[in-house]
Amino acid sequence: MKESIPLESWEGPLRTTMGGCFPGERAVFRGHDLHADLRDADWMDLYLFGICGRRHTPAQLRVLHAIWVNTSYPDPRLWNNRVAALAGSARSTGILGISAALATSEAAIYGRQIDIAIADFLTRAMAAVRGGRPLAEVVADELRNNRSIGGYGRPVAKSAADERNAVVLALAKREGLADGEHVKLAFAIEEILLTGRWRMRMNYAALAAALALDIGLTSREYYLYLLPAFLAGMPPCYIEACDRPEQATFPLRCAALIYQGPPRRSWAEDSR
Amino acid sequence: MNTEPARDIIYSRLWAEDAEDDDAFTAQACYCSGYDVYGELLERATYPEYLYLLFRGERPTPQIARALEILSIAVANPGPRDASVHAAMCAGVGGSPAAAALMAALAAGAGVSGGAREVIQCMQLWSSCGHRPEAWQDALHAPVANGRMQVWPDAEHPPGFAPHGQRCARPVRQTLSALATCLADGHIAWLAVHRETLEQAAGRPLAMTGVLAAALSDLGLDPAGGEMLTLLLRLPGAAAHALEQGESGFRRFPFFAIDIANDPGQRTDQEQSR
Repeated sequence: MKESIPLESWEGPLRTTMGGCFPGERAVFRGHDLHADLRDADWMDLYLFGICGRRHTPAQLRVLHAIWVNTSYPDPRLWNNRVAALAGSARSTGILGISAALATSEAAIYGRQIDIAIADFLTRAMAAVRGGRPLAEVVADELRNNRSIGGYGRPVAKSAADERNAVVLALAKREGLADGEHVKLAFAIEEILLTGRWRMRMNYAALAAALALDIGLTSREYYLYLLPAFLAGMPPCYIEACDRPEQATFPLRCAALIYQGPPRRSWAEDSR
Repeated sequence: MNTEPARDIIYSRLWAEDAEDDDAFTAQACYCSGYDVYGELLERATYPEYLYLLFRGERPTPQIARALEILSIAVANPGPRDASVHAAMCAGVGGSPAAAALMAALAAGAGVSGGAREVIQCMQLWSSCGHRPEAWQDALHAPVANGRMQVWPDAEHPPGFAPHGQRCARPVRQTLSALATCLADGHIAWLAVHRETLEQAAGRPLAMTGVLAAALSDLGLDPAGGEMLTLLLRLPGAAAHALEQGESGFRRFPFFAIDIANDPGQRTDQEQSR
């Protein structure tokens, strides 16, 4: 069916430009000696360098740091955090609980699926507007194709202003990074969505994406940068659940299950 | 007994519990889609029947239950060369928690290439193309739609087909053939007859993901249910190999060589201290 077996050519040493370790000797990180060139790097700087292959300025790092800090909510009711809390309640390990909570953050109505979608939309909308299309048309098209625009509206507080936006925007202003083209675009989209029948405010996902795109991250780089965004709020949920008696975090009595399925029936009678 | 009504509620059409008279937090009976799990299913139902009941809310016919059993055996262990099992072994070899091994298997077995995401995409093709070869031809050659960007990387080969295979692997053909004995008039039966036509259209041989997608569709699962069941059914082999590698140790596990194209090389002590 196919003439060659391409996997054969991938056998043997793994070719990489990302790095590796030489135990007892040194480690290479994207072409740099980790313990010489990068040993004093800020962790955020190193993390972003691993993702993008580019270094960032201290001002950019402060803004990107602030995006993480201001969305770190130690509220165990939040679905992702609740995973960490339930792991603590069940006396699982901290890393298992928090890893699963991070994976849960890759959600469709909040978190990483929204983040990558809004970054992608802002990128596409910017290209369309630069190509001469009216923004209102671009927004209407997106709503027609996807029914919503992640980054606008909020599942748990639809009409309220997002409490994180003003804080992070003020910090970005202080660093001279609040006036980029994507930030302006994000606000222009909000204006369209507020005046139209949708009545959707910009939430943190859109503002954070716009700031990061203006800093130069691509949508996929932004998605990976955001991996630990909710992380700081998770260990407290795990720790406090461990401090309560075992299984005492979010206990549910049998009566909390409201059954809506078929009536009681017999397996034996059904097989006759 | 505390008879205070529950404030935080979970609604389910799947599961109900009767509490003990003196303990609101302990169930004395559990019901799955109306059947008494511990009072009746435990001794009367087979595991595939119970699994089907959980996913579909109804008990399966004997043929469907047998098909699910065949499918469960076929995919239970993709083998240690598979990314999901290999990932689980990485956890096993280092003594990571058992849950880490299964989480590793789920992560590496979830993807668009050989994983559960490929199965969901192939189930969507079965839903849209059905038994029309020309629809498959069009769908398999259609350019990737420019939709909203997803966290999943873009597919690099037609879902359900092997990206690197030369011909349809024997275990895939054997699984297809075994499933066709109990799924006589659905996608599996059609696939058994038209496999080569679809392979020509895809330019690649049928993969186990394609068989899974056809079979799960025949079982009546929607794509989301098919994705979930795929992840679940593939875990036993990952678990067993993680345990085996844990016992066998890291000296008997490949570490692989690397070739760093942009290696700056070792610095002298003087350079290091600058």
